[in-house]
Amino acid sequence: MTLIFGVFLLILLVIVALAIVRSEDLFAAVMLSGIFSLLMAVNFFLLDAADVALTEAAVGAGVATVLFLGALALTGKEEARHTVSPGGRWLALGVSFATASLLFYASLENPHIGDGSAPVHQHVAPWYLANTLPLIDIPNVVTAVLGSFRGFDTLGEVFVVFTAGIGVMSILGVRHSLVELSGAELDARQRSLRHHLIPRIVGRGMVPLIMLFALYVQFHGEYSPGGGFQAGAIAAAAIILYSLLEGDDRGRELLPEWLLRLMVAGGALLYGGVGLACVLLGGNFLDYSVLATVPSAGQHLGLLLIELGVGITVTGVLISVFHAFARRASR
Amino acid sequence: MSIEDHLPALQIVVPLLLAPVVTLLRVRSLPWAASTATSALTFVLAIALAGQVATDGALSYAVGGWQPPYGIELAIDQFSVLLLLIISGASTVALVFGKASLDREIGEERAPLFFAAWLLVLAALCGMVTTGDAFNLFVFLEISSLASYVLIAAGPDRRALMATHRYIILGTLGATFYLIGVGLIYMMTGTLNLADMALRIGEVSELRPVLVAAGFITMGLALKAAMFPVHAWMPNAYAFAPHAVSVFLAACATKAALYVLIRFDFVVFLPHLAEHAAQVSAFFIPLAVVAFLVGSTVAVFERNLKRMLGYSSVAQIGYILLGVALLTPLALTGAIVHLFNHALIKGALFMAVVCIAHRTGSVQLPAIAGCARAMPLTMAAFVVAGLSMIGVPLTVGFVSKWYLIQACLEFGVPGYFLAAALLLSSLLAVVYVWKVVEAAYFKPRPEEAPELCEAPPMILASLWLVTLANLWFGIDSSLPLGLARAASMTLLGEAP
Repeated sequence: MTLIFGVFLLILLVIVALAIVRSEDLFAAVMLSGIFSLLMAVNFFLLDAADVALTEAAVGAGVATVLFLGALALTGKEEARHTVSPGGRWLALGVSFATASLLFYASLENPHIGDGSAPVHQHVAPWYLANTLPLIDIPNVVTAVLGSFRGFDTLGEVFVVFTAGIGVMSILGVRHSLVELSGAELDARQRSLRHHLIPRIVGRGMVPLIMLFALYVQFHGEYSPGGGFQAGAIAAAAIILYSLLEGDDRGRELLPEWLLRLMVAGGALLYGGVGLACVLLGGNFLDYSVLATVPSAGQHLGLLLIELGVGITVTGVLISVFHAFARRASR
Repeated sequence: MSIEDHLPALQIVVPLLLAPVVTLLRVRSLPWAASTATSALTFVLAIALAGQVATDGALSYAVGGWQPPYGIELAIDQFSVLLLLIISGASTVALVFGKASLDREIGEERAPLFFAAWLLVLAALCGMVTTGDAFNLFVFLEISSLASYVLIAAGPDRRALMATHRYIILGTLGATFYLIGVGLIYMMTGTLNLADMALRIGEVSELRPVLVAAGFITMGLALKAAMFPVHAWMPNAYAFAPHAVSVFLAACATKAALYVLIRFDFVVFLPHLAEHAAQVSAFFIPLAVVAFLVGSTVAVFERNLKRMLGYSSVAQIGYILLGVALLTPLALTGAIVHLFNHALIKGALFMAVVCIAHRTGSVQLPAIAGCARAMPLTMAAFVVAGLSMIGVPLTVGFVSKWYLIQACLEFGVPGYFLAAALLLSSLLAVVYVWKVVEAAYFKPRPEEAPELCEAPPMILASLWLVTLANLWFGIDSSLPLGLARAASMTLLGEAP
């Protein structure tokens, strides 16, 4: 049954991908890419990768779509006429085809899905499964791997998000258009959904629920799928929804620029600071065991703090990026 | 445990964690000062680490206290130390040198974000050359790429954005290829630790995915290293970036990708894949030769000085690649020492061009006509660095060419042709260096051109520091050569 469902989803994925490439209407392409991400998320879920599925759904289908739409508001909704020469297009097609056939060639000897004798299930993974409970004392092995065993990668990922954030802010201008507007001018320039009653009332009801869910995902990550990245994306989605409904200026009143800056930098610093605290307490960098007298309690504390850092930075970056686009568009 | 035991982690973490702090500094010049101090501290850490490696040999640091292959390992040997010195040194010199031009190009508003991105590039490049884990390497590759896009896009005119756009597309492709390759190897070995991967890859019975992985990883890193023929992003990215960024990235950004390529090839693939050696040579030697011939020829006809130096870098990467592809200890030593020497050469050349641009306001060849009279010290530095690039004795350029040509000659008749191609490329370098010298010394300054004067003292001092290093390490090359020799011995699996 799972197999049939999987094949069905993969075929849908291919169809959606082709539709994205073919579509000349960029608005349609953005919507289709949101659908692509949702299909991807279901695929991950079928493969029992619930944490990845949650991230893909929140970031790929949710926030990324909003950001693409923000970019479309700045550019245009139609694809420009092709400027690539026919020769260039054949070359591109050739390279893509060669890459695809190489991947296909390599996949002929893939181990089967769920094959217990595959190398990935023989070496490092069993050690993680066997040692997460005794060493870290939490049930979610994924959180243990990402947060502790390979915590340095996750620190790096937070800095990837951080770098992307400062990149967008640096390129889209810092505060060129931060002109104070009076209430009437604001209303005149209003592009929000403030005057659309139904979306506004339904949406306002949803914002607190989304926030609550974000907090649940944030602090329950040790026991069930979730963690800082997913929670940050979900919390950002709530604030972005609020900004869309009430206008970008209200959204900025809620979380002013200085606070966002502090969140973007502070979350990453919290994560790194925990690592340095471990060094000061006599362990290696990011060795949470030294944070408390009992090693597993130290691991709990460390995971809680670093996940909080991840959540704060991801929320801050996503909202800042959204504001950067929205501000450009309203100029 | 004392602080010395944590040097491998601090090397990455110090610049990494100061980047968010810099974004919060809203006072004039403070972001620059903080980044320069951080960069200098990183350089000091690299020197301390070099001292440790010199006395104790290769180091391993288990991040989080989890032993490899379960946790992430930082593995530091002579090769990584050499790269750390290049990266942190280039960053520090470029920051001190570039203060005036950066103040003009970046503006106060964007400065905190710009300098944070600078520190992120520094930290991520340090991470790439110290980590012993293939996926952790990808994370640092991503940070360094994203942050260098930010640095290049900060360039003064809009062409910088187009150059960045092209770099983003090709860079993302490169990173994705690398990730696909790592994924395939993980599928076949179940490990991400490089040393462990090398052990287990020998036991893999079905080699097809591993072979494809080797292809993807090589191609991805070749894109990142601006290797011919996938170098298209590089000359424009360097030409339109802010001046100080050109100096920094030209000295070390592609070097980190080359380092990773060499590491992967020699540690993971070469000892365990039969015929890999022959494939590497057959694939890379022709590309390397074409790279330095084409790169030098294009540079001869280029009138934008920064683009000219960019194409010359395509040629220099070709030399390094040739040394790697010959697979002998002598050639590999030449290639690795050229990583170091080229950073000095290209650093000094870019700095001299930036000095000229600082005064004339242009990097086009006609604009510099007759500037040597007003800027004798700057042009003298350009001449010395130019001679070093050509490979004149008593300069660093000579040391690397000497090793590479000797290594070529070991191969008999085909080797003679390689050596001849190398010399031909050096002659082309004479031509394009001469073009600049001729314009600066022998062309009269146009009547209507504004008066010029020598570059400011601080800028001139850092330019001459690097220029003198070109001579110093050309006369006494024991430090880089010692590290390069030890590195090539470890890479080729022979006892040092």
